[in-house]
Amino acid sequence: MNRTTKDILIKSLTAVCALMILFITVAILAISIAGGWKHLTWEFITEFPKEGMTKGGIFPAIVGTALMTLIMTIAAVPFGTITAIYLAEYASEKSVIAKTIRFAVKTLAVVPSIIFGLFGLGFFIKFIGLQLDNFFFKGELHWGQPNILWASLTMALLTLPIVIVSVEESIRTVPKDMREASLALGASKWQTIRQVVIPGSLTGILTGTILAISRGAGEVAPILFTGAAYYLAELPHSLSDQFMSLGYHVYIMSTQSTNVDDTLPIQFATTLVLLLLTFSLSLVAVVLRYRIRKKVK
Amino acid sequence: MKKGKKIKKPENQQQLTEFASSILRKQFRFSDWFAEQIIRFIAFMSITIVALIFIFVFRETIPVFKSNDLPESLVETSGSTEAMRPEVYDPEADETAMKPETYGIDVEELPTLTSEEDSFSLQEPAVGETKKKKAVSTLLTKDWLPVSDYPRYGLIPLFLGTFKVTLIAILFAAPIAILAAIYTSLFASRKVRDYIKPAIELLAGFPSVVIGFFALMVLASFFQNIFGYSGRLNAFVGGIAMALAAIPVIYTLTEDALTAVPGTYIEASLGLGASMRQTAFQVVLPTATPGIFAAILLGIGRVFGETMIALMATGNAALITLNPFDSVRTLSATIGAEMAEVVFGDTHYSMLFLIGSLLFVFIFSLNAIAEFYFRDRIIKRFQGK
Repeated sequence: MNRTTKDILIKSLTAVCALMILFITVAILAISIAGGWKHLTWEFITEFPKEGMTKGGIFPAIVGTALMTLIMTIAAVPFGTITAIYLAEYASEKSVIAKTIRFAVKTLAVVPSIIFGLFGLGFFIKFIGLQLDNFFFKGELHWGQPNILWASLTMALLTLPIVIVSVEESIRTVPKDMREASLALGASKWQTIRQVVIPGSLTGILTGTILAISRGAGEVAPILFTGAAYYLAELPHSLSDQFMSLGYHVYIMSTQSTNVDDTLPIQFATTLVLLLLTFSLSLVAVVLRYRIRKKVK
Repeated sequence: MKKGKKIKKPENQQQLTEFASSILRKQFRFSDWFAEQIIRFIAFMSITIVALIFIFVFRETIPVFKSNDLPESLVETSGSTEAMRPEVYDPEADETAMKPETYGIDVEELPTLTSEEDSFSLQEPAVGETKKKKAVSTLLTKDWLPVSDYPRYGLIPLFLGTFKVTLIAILFAAPIAILAAIYTSLFASRKVRDYIKPAIELLAGFPSVVIGFFALMVLASFFQNIFGYSGRLNAFVGGIAMALAAIPVIYTLTEDALTAVPGTYIEASLGLGASMRQTAFQVVLPTATPGIFAAILLGIGRVFGETMIALMATGNAALITLNPFDSVRTLSATIGAEMAEVVFGDTHYSMLFLIGSLLFVFIFSLNAIAEFYFRDRIIKRFQGK
């Protein structure tokens, strides 16, 4: 075999691999759309499940997911942004503290989601929750059980590294000249950060937020035993209520449903809703991120 | 500076230096200092969180090492009389005396079980022999039977299952992801690259429950038609599904490692007359090897801890076989499936936390190795050793 044919063969082998990944992505999307499209009606989105989950819609699951991601965002985004500001603006690259924080963030990013679930159970519910109950409710179980607040906070920990990484990346794209100009005009470091750096990296904060929401909406393992419920007749009223979630709904319907024929369309449609939600969110994030990266080049 | 000059005109050299030093001296501003302290404090929290995860996941496992509820049933298992118990359980005697009610229930339940106990002890005499067994000592047995009458928490099938699935997933994911990364970073035109890279990032954004559902509904039947095995859900289906989750991880990190190779290496190789393919496989790839190893390690970490796909697509039976088409139960799936049904605080509950701790330690070390060992090697390599 001469060199050119070998070149072409191997190049096309690598191209096939890349196309295969592309194909898988498209296939998952296409199959979910094909399977769930017919069942995806307005009623499906706005109704409660009926007749033992074999009919009706997934409204409470959508609301539950939205509420959970909202609380999660409120907790994770400010926290992550501030950590990113510290890493990008205050900490020197070589300091042990900065390195430790970076390592901690990377660790958080690779810790399996189920471990966050265990942590949520051990820390939020059994430690903080029970302490709160002992203190305020005289031992009556109120916060010491799975609920939407603990689930959201658990999820916030999971999405924290996503926010940090993407905000830090965009803070670094703010040109050094602008910082120096601001400092030369007499602004303090904090003023510079507040009025030059943060406005300059708003896109990054937005990207991080969207990515975090997309991840949080789809993740199931951390909320398995920190607050998700199989079926609730009512929407959550307070932070100490349990909630239904799209991902959990998909999981429970596809593995524990006794009536597969009736629920199959519902399963596909729920998967489609979840996939469309996370897909559109990550699409927006990917586009935004490419814009940020182009700005650097 | 104009403003300053108007206020006070420096007349001689000394005054000028004084003036310069006075305006250049960093002023202490409280708001600035305060903001920095708060920011630093919050940044420290991420270290605290990791520490807290360590502490609280491990804290719940402690009862496993203290618990003595297993030997009770095991001693009775060996067909012992009531008289035997106090001998074995002297330390527990006080405790049981304090809670006569719960103890009484135990005794009442015992007689109904004796016949089964006897048959059990016949099957596995080894278990009955060790009279003072703790729950920990069943960790190395071959059965994961947490909710039977004589619970045994053998982790061997779970570990075997997890390794099996991980191996299948990585064997499938690593070559595809690495070759695809070589294609996009070295061979593809810029335009093609700009389409493929976002697509793979989108695959990374698919929730694992969706991939699990896809595996359950589509892949399982698809592979069953090809290979013709009996159980729809097994290690192979689970492994392939997890590969879909691992591909974006390995791809992204490999791509980073490949693009980090200095352009001069590539130019030098091409300048010597090597083709792009030769350059890619003989210059760029060897240089990026530590980075690619790190990518594979993190891919392994992703698969090892994956819960939802394991729950949905692997069949969840804790068997000890090496056949890839047998059902398996992974460590994380065990936690996910059983945590909802356990009584908070009993041995089974702590045992699930113990599995969680083992998972955590494993992933933590993988990450640490990838981070420190391999990154140091890359840096050394690019800086000329």
